[in-house]
This record gives sequence, structure tokens and C-alpha cells, in this order.
Amino acid sequence: MDVVEEHDIQDKPTKKKTKKPKKQPKPPHENGNDSMIEKTEPEHVDAPAEFSFPPTFSVSEIKNKQRRHLMFMKLKQEKRKKKKKERDALGDKAPPKEVPKTIENQRVYDETTVNPEDEEVAFDEGTDEFSAYFNRLTNPKVLITTSDRPRGRTVRFCNQLATVIPDAHVYYRRGLALKKVIPQCIARGFTYLMVINEDRKVPNGMVLCHLPDGPTAHFKVSSVRLRKEMKRRGKDPTEHSPEVILNNFTTRLGHSMGRLFAALFPHDPQFVGRQVATFHNQRDFIFFRFHRYIFKNEQRVGIQELGPRFTLKLRSLQKGTFDSKFGEYEWVLKVIIYYQIHVKCCTSKRYAISP
Amino acid sequence: MADKSQVCSVWVGSETGILKGVSLSKKQAFNFCEMSCLSRDQEVCVLGWGDEHETEVLVGSVNGTVKTFSTEKGIFTETRQCGESTQGRFTGIAVTDSALITCVETGLLRVWKEGSTDTVEINAGTNVCRMRQNPSQRNQVATGGKENGLKVWDLERPETPIFTSKNVRNDWLDLRVPEWVRDMSFIPDSDKIVTCTGHHQVRVYDPASPQRRPVLEAHFGEYPLTALSLPANQDSVVVGNTHGELAILDLRKGLVRGCLKGLAGGVRGLQCHPSLPLVATCGLDRFLRVHSLEDRSLQHKVYLKSRLNCVLLSSKDLELSSSAVTGDVEEVKEEGGEVDEVWDTMEMINDQAKKRATDEEEAVVTGVEKTTKKRKVVK
Repeated sequence: MDVVEEHDIQDKPTKKKTKKPKKQPKPPHENGNDSMIEKTEPEHVDAPAEFSFPPTFSVSEIKNKQRRHLMFMKLKQEKRKKKKKERDALGDKAPPKEVPKTIENQRVYDETTVNPEDEEVAFDEGTDEFSAYFNRLTNPKVLITTSDRPRGRTVRFCNQLATVIPDAHVYYRRGLALKKVIPQCIARGFTYLMVINEDRKVPNGMVLCHLPDGPTAHFKVSSVRLRKEMKRRGKDPTEHSPEVILNNFTTRLGHSMGRLFAALFPHDPQFVGRQVATFHNQRDFIFFRFHRYIFKNEQRVGIQELGPRFTLKLRSLQKGTFDSKFGEYEWVLKVIIYYQIHVKCCTSKRYAISP
Repeated sequence: MADKSQVCSVWVGSETGILKGVSLSKKQAFNFCEMSCLSRDQEVCVLGWGDEHETEVLVGSVNGTVKTFSTEKGIFTETRQCGESTQGRFTGIAVTDSALITCVETGLLRVWKEGSTDTVEINAGTNVCRMRQNPSQRNQVATGGKENGLKVWDLERPETPIFTSKNVRNDWLDLRVPEWVRDMSFIPDSDKIVTCTGHHQVRVYDPASPQRRPVLEAHFGEYPLTALSLPANQDSVVVGNTHGELAILDLRKGLVRGCLKGLAGGVRGLQCHPSLPLVATCGLDRFLRVHSLEDRSLQHKVYLKSRLNCVLLSSKDLELSSSAVTGDVEEVKEEGGEVDEVWDTMEMINDQAKKRATDEEEAVVTGVEKTTKKRKVVK
């Protein structure tokens, strides 16, 4: 696969690195001093089992990177074929296939993962700040605003968010203090306050505050794609309430976040609208996508991406409404920086939202 | 139930109203709650020892009830109504010779005597955040709160405090420095009191000296300090703030000696062990952590599914459980067949208790324990 890719890259006229287009099929038109390698290459192609190199020769001794790479690829292919033959020869007695190690496989099990039958957690969730929404006592009403003096991109992002979230209202910030805005929102019956923070003309943060007395989550927003920039997108979203999909919010913190996102949308999705908002959590990053789907038949679905897309990373979850100075934090992202002698590398400690 | 509560060395109160007992040596946590009726107004605000032998735990809830839990019997033995929920949450609970002292947020400090219904009442100002009792002189209590400075009261003379602190001088802009006492502690073997404030200051007051202003002031971090505790050796104090940062401060000069890492949420309860260099913390991230003060490493970490409000450490050795102590004694007289019988009976009770799965749940403790074998040999 890599060999093919390399050829493709070489074929493109825009790449400046190309010297000789196709090496392998045609014998290379080279100078006389490469004659030894010229001979060895066709020999290698004809008789793979016979090595005419000295026995201590290894692939890594070839100085030319392209040739070294090709030789290595060939070596790997042969090894794979040999292994497959051996495996087939053993038949049923072959040892089971090893599962490759991935980051997801190697995770330490998170002990805060919620067990669905846990009574204590169920009670905790049943009486927390979102219980009013989940008991259908309140309907969501969202106020979207930005940091002071937003630029065009952020304003457009807010407007698009307002089309995605039903019953959302966008207001200009005009330099008002959030602590003064919050009592007014509560008085007017808002249940959520969403503040998109902007830095250098690009949205980069979000404060999501559940209103009567609820938790405040502060996110880092990245990879914002507005509707214009989406490829193969459908028409604008309609006013129907979307369905909400929450993936991988399995730990206790994940549950709180999942409920936070779920309470943004009305209780009953309107399936007529065929719209769905997805919050997918993977490795502590939450990906938001908004699609319209259509069932072509029982098994197949077509989806069209509408609407903005962005990724969120939780920075802190604070108990109570927005009070960054004196509020109590339920969870804070702590970045631990390891210093080595001359190299500084930054790794974040995994207080994972998902296992 | 009884053997579970006898083994527990750390008691934690949660926001869901459940009293949790944790046994660090057995690495298990148990819930002690009455029936399965839980409600948010039973949220535990304060925990305290009911007596000097630490056989009773007093649990103060939001709805104004103080329940007594017996560690030997493993059940709640008594419930008293000490005020209503309208009067505010409990901010402190203490016991002196047969009298119960409670303090609520609105500043009403009451002494409830056994048998009689009349109470001695003290008005400690408004917005009281914490009330603590002097461990050496049991009739002295200290209160403090938001814009309510530190006051030390003698319960025999309830009219006026025996010590009222004065706010520090105006700052460099000649503005009044705001006061917000969050937690305080009496330094043993002296009259001094150390407080931590919501404006990230740690202050030491000395009633014996003529000045009512703090004798020492130290700063830590940028966030409100919520809890404070004094370790067994003198001259240092452990504080925690709303961001989950724990620090050991030196009281001689007011410098930070070191930080304890691991907490992700705000610290709600903090207590140092009376004799060992250990500190237990609980907070909003639903974990109970025990750190060692010498090398500032995490010794134990327990996931307890609700947000935790207060923690209470018993004076007994946390590493050794009572069964291990009896085990040592029994190893000596190994000739008798009593050993097997004792161990068998203990196991049987545990199995029966597990079958009664409705009331209790057991949580697995993840522990990072160091050299327990060495300690057992020493002891």
C-alpha cells in the first residue's frame, strides 16, 4: 500500500521531490556507478529466494532512501507470505490471531464508570440539578452570546448554533458582566446560558451554564466548521426538534456531561424532521455533528451533514452558576508537564470521560 | 453491619445523605443508611465524634437533624432535631460533657443539654461558615464566616466572646480588605488559632498577645481555601482550595512546603491523622484520598459514588485493622483450635451480610499501599 502511495505522490506534477517517475517496472536510467545495484535489483525481482548479497548485508545499509524503502517493503511482503503459508499449513492448530495493541485497548479501566443498576448513582442523578428537565417540568430555552466585540466568524457560528438548537436566542454581549446577566436570564425563564468565547477572530471557548442553580461547564472549542465550509452538505436545518445521540459518556463525569448536553434540546424529538445532533465522546474530546438522515430501505440509511461542526474539550465543571473566582469546582483539567533534560514535553493526565 | 462498622477507620458524609465508612486496611467502603429512603434534605453537613473513645459518630443533616451512629453496633441509635432547615445548614458540631453544641449558618450557636429542653444560645453574627471546638479546653469554641471575623466563645459566658479578631490594616490602595473565614483550627499546646479564608489567606491569631490582628499571614494560590487541618507534628498546616489544590504550609514563616497532587475537584473535607503523618481529603470529585505527609504521595484512593461533604478520621492505626491485631495475638497461641474457629465465624458473618444486598453496597478500593508487611512486623 505504501509503495503504491509513493508512486502516486511521485506521479503528481506538483510535488517537487520527484526525480525519476517510475522506478520499479522500468529499469532506472542511471549513471554507471550504480551498476551494482542495477544488477541486484532485477536479480532480486527474478529470484527472491537467492540472495547474492554477502550474508551480513541488511536492508538498512542501502544509503538511498527510496531504494532502501523498496527493499524493505519487499522483505516485509515476503515475511508476510511466509507467515501466511505457515499459518495455513498448521490449519486448525494455528495459534489464535493476536489482537493489535491500540490506545483504546491499553486503557486502564476507569473505576468511576457508571453501572446501570447502581442505586446510589441513580438517586444522585434523579435529584441533581437536571432533574427538573428530566422530569419534564421545564422546557429548554437557551441564550447564546459571545465574548465582547465578536468578529464575523463567531457571529455566524452563533447564528448557526441557534438554528441547530431549538428555542435558542442570540444576543449581543455589549460588555455585560455574566454575573449580572444570569439573574436576568433566570427571571426571563432561560434554562441555559451559552457563551462562545473568541480569540483572534476565531471561536475557541464555550461556557455552558445551566441556569437555575446548575453546573457550569467550560470547554475549549476547536475545529469549528461553518456551513459554507462543509462539503456535500444539505439544505439548512428546519425548525423541527432533532434527535440527540450521546456516545461514550460512560463515567460519572461523562454522565453529568451527557445530561448537560441532553438538556439543551427539547424532550420529544420530531422524527418528521429527520434531523439528528450527535455528541460523540472519544478520548475526552466531544465531537458535535448535525445530520439529516433518510432511510433508503430497512438496512440502509443515507446521511447529509448540515449545520456547524466543532469539537469540545472539557476544561472545568463548576458547581453552581458561573463564578470562576469563588465557585467550587467539581472537576478541573490538570495538565501535568514533565520536564526532561533538554526536551519539554506536555502530556495531559487522563481524568477520562470515557473508558 | 456491626463488624463492618468496627473495621472502618474513615467516615465520610455525602451529599445524598449516606454515611460511608471506609476500611483502608481491608480496602472496602460501606454505606450505612437507614432503609433505602434517601432524600436530598438529609445531606450530611457535619460529622463529629460523639465521645472521646470514638465509638459514636454524630451526623448533622440539612434538615436540622443530628443522628448518632454507633460504630460498635453499626446502626443509627438516636436522632435529635436541632433546629429547622430554615435556620441554615450546620456549620459545626461538637460535644462537651453530655452537652451537644451546634452552630448554623445564620449564626445561632446552641448548646443542647441532655435531658433538659432549654438551650444556651449564642448569636455569633451572620454568615457563619465554620464552628470548631478547642480540643484541649472543651468549653471554648471558635466561629468565623463571611465578613464575620474569628470569634472565640467560652460557653460558660455566652454573652461576649473572649476573643474577637480585628481585620488587617487597609491595603496599599487604602481599601478595606474583605474578610471571609472558611475554616479554623486550634493549635494544640497554645492559645493560637489558625484560619483559612476565602481570599486564599492563612492567618494565625494569638489571643494571648495584645494584638487582635493576625500574628502571621500567608497566601496560597488564587482560589478560596475551603478546608484546613493541623498534622500531628507542629508548625505546619494542610489547606485545600476549590480547585482541588492541597498544600502544606509552614507556620513559622508562612511558606508553602509542598503540594499534594491528585485531586480534581474542590476540597470539602480535610483531616490529618492525630498521630500518623497521613491526611484524608474528600471533595466534589467523589473520591476519598489519603496522602502521606512525609513524601506527599498518594496512599489510598477510594471512589465513593456521591459528592462528599465531610470526613472524619479515627485515631486508630489506619493500616492495621482490628482483625489483624487479634491475628497477631492468636498467632502466638497457635496451639489452640480457637484461631480457625474465629476466622471461620468471621467469614460466615461476612457471607450472610453480602446476601442482604438491599441496604449495603460494597465498593472496591484502589489502594497504593507501601510496605504494609514492614509495619505489621513493627507493630
